[in-house]
Amino acid sequence: MTQTMVKSPGTEMAFIDEVCSIPGGEAVRSCIQCGMCTGSCPTANKWDYPPRKAIAMVRAGLRNELLSSNSMWFCVSCYSCTVRCPRDIKPADIMHALEIISIRSGLSTKRSRTPIMYQCFVDSARNYGRVYELGMMIKLFMRTNPFSALKLAPVGLGLFLHKRMPLKPSRIKGIAELKAILDKARALGGAK
Amino acid sequence: MKYYTYYPGCSAEATASPLGISVLPVAKQLDMELVELEDWNCCGSTPYWSVDKLEAAAMAARNLALAEKTGFDLVTPCSNCFVILHSTNEYLKEFPPFRDKVGKALAVAKLKYGGGVKVRHLAEVLYNDITPEGIAAKVTKPLKGLKVAAYYGCQLVRPNGFDDPESPHSLDEIITSLGAEAVPWEMKARCCGSSLVMSEPEVALELINKLLKNASENGAQCLITPCPLCQINLDAYQSQVNSRFGTKYNLPVLFVTQLIGVALGIKPDELALSQNIVSPMRLLSPYL
Repeated sequence: MTQTMVKSPGTEMAFIDEVCSIPGGEAVRSCIQCGMCTGSCPTANKWDYPPRKAIAMVRAGLRNELLSSNSMWFCVSCYSCTVRCPRDIKPADIMHALEIISIRSGLSTKRSRTPIMYQCFVDSARNYGRVYELGMMIKLFMRTNPFSALKLAPVGLGLFLHKRMPLKPSRIKGIAELKAILDKARALGGAK
Repeated sequence: MKYYTYYPGCSAEATASPLGISVLPVAKQLDMELVELEDWNCCGSTPYWSVDKLEAAAMAARNLALAEKTGFDLVTPCSNCFVILHSTNEYLKEFPPFRDKVGKALAVAKLKYGGGVKVRHLAEVLYNDITPEGIAAKVTKPLKGLKVAAYYGCQLVRPNGFDDPESPHSLDEIITSLGAEAVPWEMKARCCGSSLVMSEPEVALELINKLLKNASENGAQCLITPCPLCQINLDAYQSQVNSRFGTKYNLPVLFVTQLIGVALGIKPDELALSQNIVSPMRLLSPYL
């Protein structure tokens, strides 16, 4: 098989091994390409490479093509694929692993706003210990397309008027302690 | 009295405040003592899970370590928090090197997690511990004649669900226990688009439209859901669906605890019924 020859940049690892090294990604070798995941996916028609194909690409070593695509960013974590997969390979977890590698490698697509949204969410959770939804949304729109906020403004206003959109963040007492935990996790070497 | 450690999750304090508010009086009436986990932090949610798994697990594990000290089951009303905290538990068991790293990260804050916390979803606790019969015994305002569609969403029943992942029935039984009618419908456990409603609104609005269409075609007068994100998508984005697809839905979407609360005779204020975007007041007025 030639795919074992495709090395990931900066590592001595083949793409498939890189995916397998993230908890949840390790079962990718057991796929029988039956297509149950794609057939079960509520957003498959939006993916550059739908789930079954994405998994085939991991095994074929098509690293850059897959990691720069919009594919895994359309995973809504509904886990329909996961409960139906006849090989128990948890395709949703594999998509999460691909998202992680895509961000880590700087390959995440600009055609979907999901990678930036996820990073805004993580920043918010790290800064306050809890997610500050309004702040996160503002950051998302500023980093993508500020004008698109106009479309969603009525929804935000509706939530605000129904006391469901606090203007201030809620911060945990142990925020310094939480940051120390997260920094240590980061220092221990990412998601391996 | 049954005791639990309670993990509200971030949305229950903000965009899903009707959930956070209604849980408390309902639990009290059902003889559940929910003790909020001291200084809990965000579970990390799917976004952290998709950016860095080790950091995400460390973030979730701080909660698990704090909860372990209490000795009670950790109960959350949020489906996403449930999946994340539950999956973290599993990953820590299945992957020893991963567990060692999370352990080292927690040690920086003098915390330790031994893997002993049982993570549970509030809906599962209501079904298995309190039981539909137990709830029925406390009903003072039977919701006779009300047609309700139980919307389970995804993460209550998948991948770690206690109910059938394709065709669940637990919430339908709870609806029946309140004296209401549980409307059968096909899409009760299909996806609402989750957080993609912000990043890819067109995709999510399409999915929300399918759900509202299926529920209303089957005669539902309102929906109930346990999940914060599902509720927001179906309730707060309903007017966007109407303008995008030319539909005229006016379907109240309640949290499970809000509907239970009405049947238990709890006052509308305590259930935050005025905080639902599509107002359920007219529909529920015969029972209030």
